Amino acid sequence: MSSTIAIAPKRRRLVNLRNFRGFRFISWSVLAFLYLPLLHVVIYSFNSSRIATIWESFSTRWYVKTLHNTDIQRALKNSLQVAFVATIFSTLFAVLAALGLVRMKRAGKTISWALIGAPLIIAEIVLAVGTLAFFIAAGIPLGKPGMMIAHTAFCIPFALLPINARLSQLEAAPFEAAADLGANEAQILRRITIPLLAPAIVAGALLAFAISIDDFITSFFIAGPGSTTLPVYIFGMIRSTVTPEVDAISTLLLLFSGIVLISSYVLNRRRR
Amino acid sequence: MTVAQTEKAKTKLKIEGRPGQTSPWLASPTVIFLFAVIGIPLAITVIYSLLDRAKIGMGVVWTFNPKAYKDLFVIENLDGTTGLDTRYLKVMWNSFKYSGITTIVTIVLSIPIAMWIATRAESKRNILVAAVTLPFWISILIRTYGLRQIIDDNGPIGWIMHKVGDANYHIIYTPIATVIGLIYVFLPFMILPIYASAERFDFRYAEAAYDLGAKRWTVFRRIVIPAIRPGIYAGIALVFIPALGSFLQSDMLGGGKTNMIANVIALNFGQARNWPFGCALSVFLILITLLFVWIIRKLGARTGTEVKLI
Amino acid sequence: MESKKRQRASYAAALAAVTALLLTACGSSSTGAANNGGGSAGAFPTSGTGEVHIYNWTDYIDPDQITAFTKETGIKVVLDTFDSNETALAKLQSGATGYDVVFPSDYMVKQMIELKLLQKIDVTTFPNGGGLKTTMQGVYWDPKREYSAPWMYGTTGIACNTKAEPKCANIKSWHDWFTVGLPKMDSLKDQTEVVSAALRATGVAAADLCTTDKSKYSAAADLLKGFKPAVIDSDSGIERVIAGTSNVRMAWNGSTHRMTEKVPSVEYIYPSEGLNLWADNMVVPVGAPDLDNAKIFINWMMDPKNAAAESNFTGYDNGIVGSDAFMNASMKSDPAVVVPADKMALISPTPACDQAARDLYTQVFTTWLGEQ
Repeated sequence: MSSTIAIAPKRRRLVNLRNFRGFRFISWSVLAFLYLPLLHVVIYSFNSSRIATIWESFSTRWYVKTLHNTDIQRALKNSLQVAFVATIFSTLFAVLAALGLVRMKRAGKTISWALIGAPLIIAEIVLAVGTLAFFIAAGIPLGKPGMMIAHTAFCIPFALLPINARLSQLEAAPFEAAADLGANEAQILRRITIPLLAPAIVAGALLAFAISIDDFITSFFIAGPGSTTLPVYIFGMIRSTVTPEVDAISTLLLLFSGIVLISSYVLNRRRR
Repeated sequence: MTVAQTEKAKTKLKIEGRPGQTSPWLASPTVIFLFAVIGIPLAITVIYSLLDRAKIGMGVVWTFNPKAYKDLFVIENLDGTTGLDTRYLKVMWNSFKYSGITTIVTIVLSIPIAMWIATRAESKRNILVAAVTLPFWISILIRTYGLRQIIDDNGPIGWIMHKVGDANYHIIYTPIATVIGLIYVFLPFMILPIYASAERFDFRYAEAAYDLGAKRWTVFRRIVIPAIRPGIYAGIALVFIPALGSFLQSDMLGGGKTNMIANVIALNFGQARNWPFGCALSVFLILITLLFVWIIRKLGARTGTEVKLI
Repeated sequence: MESKKRQRASYAAALAAVTALLLTACGSSSTGAANNGGGSAGAFPTSGTGEVHIYNWTDYIDPDQITAFTKETGIKVVLDTFDSNETALAKLQSGATGYDVVFPSDYMVKQMIELKLLQKIDVTTFPNGGGLKTTMQGVYWDPKREYSAPWMYGTTGIACNTKAEPKCANIKSWHDWFTVGLPKMDSLKDQTEVVSAALRATGVAAADLCTTDKSKYSAAADLLKGFKPAVIDSDSGIERVIAGTSNVRMAWNGSTHRMTEKVPSVEYIYPSEGLNLWADNMVVPVGAPDLDNAKIFINWMMDPKNAAAESNFTGYDNGIVGSDAFMNASMKSDPAVVVPADKMALISPTPACDQAARDLYTQVFTTWLGEQ
């Protein structure tokens, strides 16, 4: 760095790329663009008017209504149940896949990766109607168990992302040392691999949870009796009468996501 | 999808033989499960697209009939003649157009913001990255709804436009609204991979070029852009492909008019009750998607970038 | 009291006129007093336990009524919603055996019966089963009311905010509607409603709406070519009209009534070529987990007082004799809800077409959507 300073007088200007004209303005505008709609939702959830787009005065009436709405409570419960099961199984499947695929032979590997990656590249609507047709053909009743199965499938690649990334960063030394000391595969897995992967597994599980709880399209097509999830319920509300109740539920959901995020952050910090 | 430089891929090969890794059979439950829940539905989609529709109600009849594919391009006019059916070609063209515009706009917006973030001090950088990542954790439904409220005639943008004097402001329920919705939802998916590339970029190269007398724009074009190209390719894959199959934005913001492929698939599994046709459209969308994955991989290979799934 | 009686009489007379159009099968002539509690009352379950799973259109049942039902019967209500008859059909056909009560429209009930998706419940044997309006007996989709109990019924016409868009008051016909080209004009995203209105506008008679004559559809498609509404959606748009973002729309009479309650300048237009009368129903699908609870629920909703409460919430009239006594005055004085005598001849049932005609509807509808 000192040499940079030494030749500085010859330069037209010091450190230029950080100050590309307009980049700061574009960046702040983009960030505002990303957050203004959410801010609007939060503010207008306190709107006393029946019309969601026209501000009247401050009121918490829609929160009162939301919290007393048994349909919303049930939808939230359904969402949590489906997300919980999908998170556990998709994370488990993701860990198994990550560990196993590293040593799989080429042909099997390609097919396996294609299956795992399918939910990332194929449009969700295609998999949703395909799953609907499959469930009907196979006689699997529409409802929560089916939704748990489908959610598990499309959560696997998301759960896998951080696990796979971590796996490829692992140092060889501890494994070699363990092997030299006579540890078998199972011991190495239990005592070394899993503990080293743990933060990534938690991150993967959180990703899977976020994906499942926000899912709309698949849930919409394969929901059955009494299994309406929160996004499906909100979509129905947006379709019929848009009152600030939609904003109130959405704000609660934002709050919920926030709590999950913050707790994961805190958890990560503690571990370090 | 992530992008790794080929060098990194090589080090990964070394890891493969590392002691401590477990039997490949560990992966078999996952593969079997996914075969059942992803593979079979896709196979059923292909099979159903070649069958007759049920006479009444939903579903299919098990007789072979490729009519669904013919119906994509051939119309039996009401006057008895047949001709080229432009309706679905137009829907496909719309999907391409909207996704293409979305991809281009997100690239143009993402390069500055990614570079700007990458050149901040570390503490600030972490906060900014978190700010860009956060929307990923929020339901697309809620985000699209929030955007709808913002661009509504009675919303804040409408209010500003009226104040400014544009009394005719109206973009909600138009194709423009759909595209804005797509940009809004997919922007973080472009920023993050470009940022990942920009962060690895050593800005001293650019400074060196600058010192050697290159113009700002030349530095940007010849040095910065090639360096973040892997990120751009990954961003294209992460934005264009899902945008092509998106459903909610055209449904909620387009006023039910700007039909994209996904909306027509949904219509055929609903009111129009034509499962084989809906499946044929699905197959078409899958093929287009695979074609684009292939193209992006090829592009990546040419520049020494490995674009992989996951 | 006197005036109330007169009102009721005129109301009944108006309904009688609808009867002639609704009846395609030979209707039974029973006049049906409400709440006669007849012979089978002993066998009919009165109070239950557990849950009843209902599957209804969005925003189509009063949440307070659900609370009241649970309080009176001890049965908890689990509500799921759908946005089109076809969605409901898809769920039932897929073997979703978990709904106790579903709310399909007329033509859909007919198809569900044909597909053997519904249970025979013999609604007329219910304690409140004698209280069906004559218009709601002998209906073509279920002549003996073996499978379906009446829910709300209404028409699909045009809602016009005469203050915000004075020009919409000039709309007299579907032809005007499709050609007037006003701003802030919304259409329903409903294949049957849009295409049948276009057929009517191009001169097809009400009785001929299921024609398979392609030239008729060709004319309708040509008319639709120039029709470019601001929004095409399946929702009722009540909030949009109140917010002023929608001034003219293809609308159901009940949602128009709800608009008028907030915006008095909203009027309901009866297009001169005629308009569709639809009737929604309560049915019990095969495999319903709790038949008793389903019956209790349906019977409870057929009580005149409860039916009236639902009407007050939804803005639509219902099929139960004696319910008008409990209905809001604003309902009874609204020409959107109570069909004026001179408009009665315009009303005919929503066409229940076979697959061949429905394919033509689909073709016209998707072509129009593609042209937007």
